[in-house]
Amino acid sequence: MEGFSNGTGQGQGAFMAARIPSFTHFLSSYAPDLLPARSLGPLAGSADMAADLIKNLPHATTIVAVVSERGVVMAGDRRATAGNMISKRDVEKVFRADEYSAIGMAGVASVSLEFIRLFGVELEHYEKMEGRTLSLEGKANRLSKMIRDNLMAAMQGLVFIPLFAGYDVEAGMGRIFSYDVAGGPYEEHRFHSIGSGSIFAKSALKKYYSDDMPVTDAVLACVQALYDAADDDSATGGPDLTRRIFPVIATITDDGFHRLSDAESADYAQQVVDGRMRSPDGPIAPLRAAS
Amino acid sequence: MSMPFYMSPEQTMRDKADYARKGVARSRSSVALQYSGGILMVTPNLSSVLHKISEIYDRIAFAAVGRYNEYEVLRKAGVTYADVTGYQFDRGDVTARGLANWYAQALGTNFSEPAGKPYEVEIVVTEVGLTPDADQIYRISWDGSVSDEPGFVAFGGQADQVSAALKEHFTDGMSLTEALAAALAALAAAAPAAGANGNQPELTAANLEVAILDRARAHRTFRRLQGPRLEELITQARATPEQQESAAEPEGPSDSSNGSTEPPTGPSTTGDGTPK
Repeated sequence: MEGFSNGTGQGQGAFMAARIPSFTHFLSSYAPDLLPARSLGPLAGSADMAADLIKNLPHATTIVAVVSERGVVMAGDRRATAGNMISKRDVEKVFRADEYSAIGMAGVASVSLEFIRLFGVELEHYEKMEGRTLSLEGKANRLSKMIRDNLMAAMQGLVFIPLFAGYDVEAGMGRIFSYDVAGGPYEEHRFHSIGSGSIFAKSALKKYYSDDMPVTDAVLACVQALYDAADDDSATGGPDLTRRIFPVIATITDDGFHRLSDAESADYAQQVVDGRMRSPDGPIAPLRAAS
Repeated sequence: MSMPFYMSPEQTMRDKADYARKGVARSRSSVALQYSGGILMVTPNLSSVLHKISEIYDRIAFAAVGRYNEYEVLRKAGVTYADVTGYQFDRGDVTARGLANWYAQALGTNFSEPAGKPYEVEIVVTEVGLTPDADQIYRISWDGSVSDEPGFVAFGGQADQVSAALKEHFTDGMSLTEALAAALAALAAAAPAAGANGNQPELTAANLEVAILDRARAHRTFRRLQGPRLEELITQARATPEQQESAAEPEGPSDSSNGSTEPPTGPSTTGDGTPK
């Protein structure tokens, strides 16, 4: 592959210079045009036109994450919407960030994908350069700065918000970090949800969650919560039994990142749908706390 | 009194090459060889943190001999080259051939510069393919010359002896244990007195650095073999005389999630000097 063999003297010097082990930092001086645009500059055309254009870009929606025994579970629905249209039924919004962490996204899909790819390379680059993995806080902080750098573009409409979850090898537990458009990170305890259906998903998780849930229960809670989100939010997709499209589910435990196979995911979704046939609003929580 | 003397270009190049060759000759030999499940790299190394073998990308590894500070710079440059290329295009577009050419250019440019010293290193870039036919091993010297080494390569101090020994022991489609046995036999062939390190101690898990590119793994195929796992492999390799019989293939490194919290590249602590 001849891609970067055009590294003449200057390019090679840049590759060999002593520097901090950040891929983004390196690109910002070596080839800044490869990084996500920080600002769109003055928008050509009218502001209305720009707003309309951005509104009609595909947007990704609901992500949930639940801390479980031995780690954390993250899941996302499969719908992308452009305005009031469904632009894609089988989009993926939950990704492996590295061996012990996952990232999910809500907002403009294209921008999110670009950031998630960059974030993955950033983590791996540090690991290879320094010979150790970043701490979970280190990863969360790095992501925060990357989102902060996107603030100008976000104010012009290219908004995306990630949800970051991982297994903290040192502490031996799963942890969740949320963000806003200006960065973060905000550590979330027990469970969290982002995206258009997050209000419903979070309310549902509040009733489903219990401390030290087994991983399988945490997965089920995620799928239930996504069903509740899809029930009330038009931008969140429910399980598609006819096309066999089910939520993307990832578990991050002491065994590392594991994305459930389509068959496993279908199994959980089928359980939830079967339950809803009998009780459309889902499991009923006890009204009085057990004494 | 600082009158510059005239030096013919031939003389300059010869001096530089001699200088680099002597530098590399002081290092211990290393080997990289194919086995049925991927590529095995073995080198004597007393340090467990200052590595001579490292991960570059999903299917590509780097091994070097010579001066630690020099090849460490080259390793990091290679990682950067690979990450930039993979980020710009696709992960599958990062190849050992591209990287070997990049190193050749960097080393060649440095070597032919009038001022400055040549790198005292020898580098091997390996790539594991989806099938054994697609495996690649490249060797790049201090002056930027590249060679494509099918099957196996020995490099460093006594590369000729080690290479000759390795050629005797190497066959296509060896198991990991057999490949390790061949590598150990080849490394032991380095004459004890000729190296700068005096008598050669017996090769054990404590003074060897061993890594593989594991064909069966998804994503990142690079794995270090160390600790009890390596001790066990060495014991098996020593018990397999001359690969006469294909011992049961140990499946250890293929199970992708053995819960190891070890990052694929080991910790790089600041140390002093060259690992022996």
